[in-house]
Amino acid sequence: MERDARFAGTAKLLLALAVGLMVFKAILPQGMIRPPEWLVLPFADWINVVFSFLQNDLGLMAVTRAFSAVVEWLLNVTANLLYGKSRWPNLGPIPWSVIAVTAFMAGYALKGWRLGLISGGTFVWIALMGQWKWAMETLSVIVVAAPFSVILGLVLAVLAWRSPRFERVLNPILSIAQSLPHFAYMIPVVVFIGVGPKAGAIVTIIFSVPPMIRMTLLGLKKVPEEVIEAAKMSGATRWQLLTRARIPTARSEILIGVNQVIMQCLAMVVLASFIGMPGLGQKLLQLLQSLKIGLSVEIGITIILLAVTLDRLTKAWALRQPMHEAASPSWITRNRLLLIWLTLCAIGFGLAHVFPYFLEVERRQALSVAGPVDALMDHLIRLITPVTLWLRWFLITWVLIPMRDAYLWLPFTAVLVLLAALGWAIGGLRSALICVAYFGLIAASGWWDRAMITVYMVCISVLIAAILAIPLALWGARNPERAGRILLICDTAQTFPSFIYLIPVIMLFGVNDVAVVAAVVVFAAVPLVRYTIEGLRNVPPEMIEAANMSGATQAQLLWHVRLPLALPTMLVGANQSVMFSLFMVIIAAFIGTQDLGQEMQRALSSTDVGKGLVLGFAVAFMGLLTDHLITRWSETRKRALGI
Amino acid sequence: MTESVISCHNVSKIFGPNPAQHLANLKADPSLTQAGYVHAVREVNLEIRRGEMLVVMGLSGSGKSTLVRCLSRLIEITGGTVTVEGRDIATLSEPDLIDLRRRKMGMVFQSFGLLPHRSVLENVAFPLEMRGQDRATRYSRAREMLELVGLKGREDYFPRELSGGQQQRVGIARSLAVEPDIWFLDEPFSALDPLIRREMQDEFLRLKGMMNKTIVFITHDFDEALRLADRIAIMKDGRIEQCDTPDKIVLHPATDYVAKFTSEIDRARVVHIGSLVRPLTAPPSGEPVPAHRTIRDLARQLISDPRVEIPVINAQGAVIGSVLRQAALDVLLGDAQ
Repeated sequence: MERDARFAGTAKLLLALAVGLMVFKAILPQGMIRPPEWLVLPFADWINVVFSFLQNDLGLMAVTRAFSAVVEWLLNVTANLLYGKSRWPNLGPIPWSVIAVTAFMAGYALKGWRLGLISGGTFVWIALMGQWKWAMETLSVIVVAAPFSVILGLVLAVLAWRSPRFERVLNPILSIAQSLPHFAYMIPVVVFIGVGPKAGAIVTIIFSVPPMIRMTLLGLKKVPEEVIEAAKMSGATRWQLLTRARIPTARSEILIGVNQVIMQCLAMVVLASFIGMPGLGQKLLQLLQSLKIGLSVEIGITIILLAVTLDRLTKAWALRQPMHEAASPSWITRNRLLLIWLTLCAIGFGLAHVFPYFLEVERRQALSVAGPVDALMDHLIRLITPVTLWLRWFLITWVLIPMRDAYLWLPFTAVLVLLAALGWAIGGLRSALICVAYFGLIAASGWWDRAMITVYMVCISVLIAAILAIPLALWGARNPERAGRILLICDTAQTFPSFIYLIPVIMLFGVNDVAVVAAVVVFAAVPLVRYTIEGLRNVPPEMIEAANMSGATQAQLLWHVRLPLALPTMLVGANQSVMFSLFMVIIAAFIGTQDLGQEMQRALSSTDVGKGLVLGFAVAFMGLLTDHLITRWSETRKRALGI
Repeated sequence: MTESVISCHNVSKIFGPNPAQHLANLKADPSLTQAGYVHAVREVNLEIRRGEMLVVMGLSGSGKSTLVRCLSRLIEITGGTVTVEGRDIATLSEPDLIDLRRRKMGMVFQSFGLLPHRSVLENVAFPLEMRGQDRATRYSRAREMLELVGLKGREDYFPRELSGGQQQRVGIARSLAVEPDIWFLDEPFSALDPLIRREMQDEFLRLKGMMNKTIVFITHDFDEALRLADRIAIMKDGRIEQCDTPDKIVLHPATDYVAKFTSEIDRARVVHIGSLVRPLTAPPSGEPVPAHRTIRDLARQLISDPRVEIPVINAQGAVIGSVLRQAALDVLLGDAQ
């Protein structure tokens, strides 16, 4: 308590200093308003020197070339099997009907009819809509990249688990890696590998490893001590202990890791269209750039269906608990699903042989909903244009531009002192120093104005998201069934690759800042709703009963019991929300913003590794700063509540 | 006296950043307490004899679970020596230690420690699999063990599909699959409901009667200890307060702490006639009583018997001495000492 009071005192002092800097901006020297020349360090040049050393003098190029050759060979095999690219083994393409029944059987075996229909139906939709080749181009990369990531993640996690020192090194790297925006990964890959499917696969592998490491490590640590002791007492060697006790017992966490890898792969592979990765992402990018709404809706639906299918299938696999089967001596009954699958595949191959329609749906035979969707959209847009126009005008004139100008008006010293005050209030000297260090580095990178635009976009989006999300969550949490439904929607929405969110906003608002903010708001609202509901739902019932018996009204119950207890969980949601909006703001750059994202796009097209990474780190530091502050705050709250 | 299978000499276990240093400091200043260090086991000396059942009893945090893990080297001890069948286990290489566990030791755990992804049969066969036995042999042995613990027909179930009592039966079957000479049980029944616990204790006594093993049994339940033990070691703060037969512990508690435990106990149920025997002062007269019965068993007779001194016979029927009726009645009525 005494400590807290001292924190508050210093924090107030710092806050007063920050306000002072703002009030007396007029008389401040220029060097305190914007980072002076001598402070801006040529990080980009340094990184470029390091990279050119790695690339040319150290011969790392040869290593990456060799690795990419392996990846390319595998990509060719899957490309041949999935869409008939003429490469070894020259067996493909597998008829779409066979892949669809396989997906159906996988869903049926893992969960039941409904999942079977969702996953089988996804592939039927893709085939009938004539998008087979694009979807398979996308999938072929996932099929190659995901196993690489999983194996890499497993090995690194086991190493980290064996050696605490390695874990200490790995942890901060993972934190930074998970807060680097997608584009920051692409630039070095373009330098080392080039563009195209190969580069897409490799950037996907790199991008999706961190969650696998995290989940595996978590799983390995969660294995009950007694299981390990039992295995040791059974005389297991270290290798047996790892392969037969630890890893199988950590199965669920590891498979959740696999699920996250696959979802990250899908998100990245769609974005990798920016570095020439063909497939659904590229198609979507082209269609969006030429504002063909109907066709991009079709592709968007495909991507969403794929995301839902992949997510549900892997989650069902992860959550499946072993069940004993009724003892049955006959081989046929024990393997009936396998037999049904083989029969269906045979039928599929047969049909494809006789009717080419079941092998590949030709473009002219394909169905399309683009026409009706376009017509519907035209109609809808005409109907709501007055509203969206007004909203656009209102937001731009009265909210966005004033906010942006305010952020840009702030002297950078005031921002730093303000952050120090915030850090001090939440976590004392250490947090204050961390805050100042992160933003000090951003100031020293020379991208202050751009960074402030990113900060303003994230702030305004998260604010709007919170204004929308928290009342929705409060309303949702009042009824368990409704809460369940909303959570399901949120879970599903979280699996969509971020790119998808751009389709409807471009449709409604066109290409401008409002569209970006709208996309980010939707994307950022999802975790807020989800964690608020979860926090409210997990308030122990005996506390609510105790409050009810003390005669609390509904409002008192909410303010004094449920919200304070839910706050730590809600903060987790806020943290994710900020992360998501940072990523989204950067992605949305290609529909026109003037922030770090736009510069990153430029760095990508000129393959400027140094600039790209500096910008990437600037974004990562914003994320890490938020993460640090929110985690500290939530920990303090939790300790205070004794949770 | 039979040979000892496990013997502990001055065994200490300290948890902390630098346990060896802390132990050395403690030698210089025994009353030292230092933040960050937990002295779980202190200077324990213990001989466990072949074929006996030793129950280690203590409240939670008394170091009993740590002690049993020292005996099997699941954790490394900080000071002292543990020898198993004459070999100092701290000096064993990893393959030797694994071999010792594969051939000699079995262990049952409080929360069962079953592998969740394996069926009951595969769990029981696990130690045999570790030894590299082929599938057919290990499954037939595992089936045998499951039948022994009364789980026939549940071979293909998974641990989470069984009740707690059934899961512990699997744990017992697994620990017995390799026919160990030494059987460690770490609070095997503590996680079970009282009724199931009683049932499992009976089951355990049945199994124990069928085989001749050296057993180390950990419990925090004094009644359980009295019911099962040949000898009881009572632990407090990492030290063994007393290690003796149940009769002696009840009749002659070594410390106040032990006395407090025994005060609530119905001694007549624990104390055997045999432990009150004294040499005959006169030739035996009348019907003798067997030494292995408890005083409670013979309460009716003791109350109505007119004799001052009752002769006692051993299991073979030979007279080994006599018991004073008054002494037995004192125990029965709770007036002893």
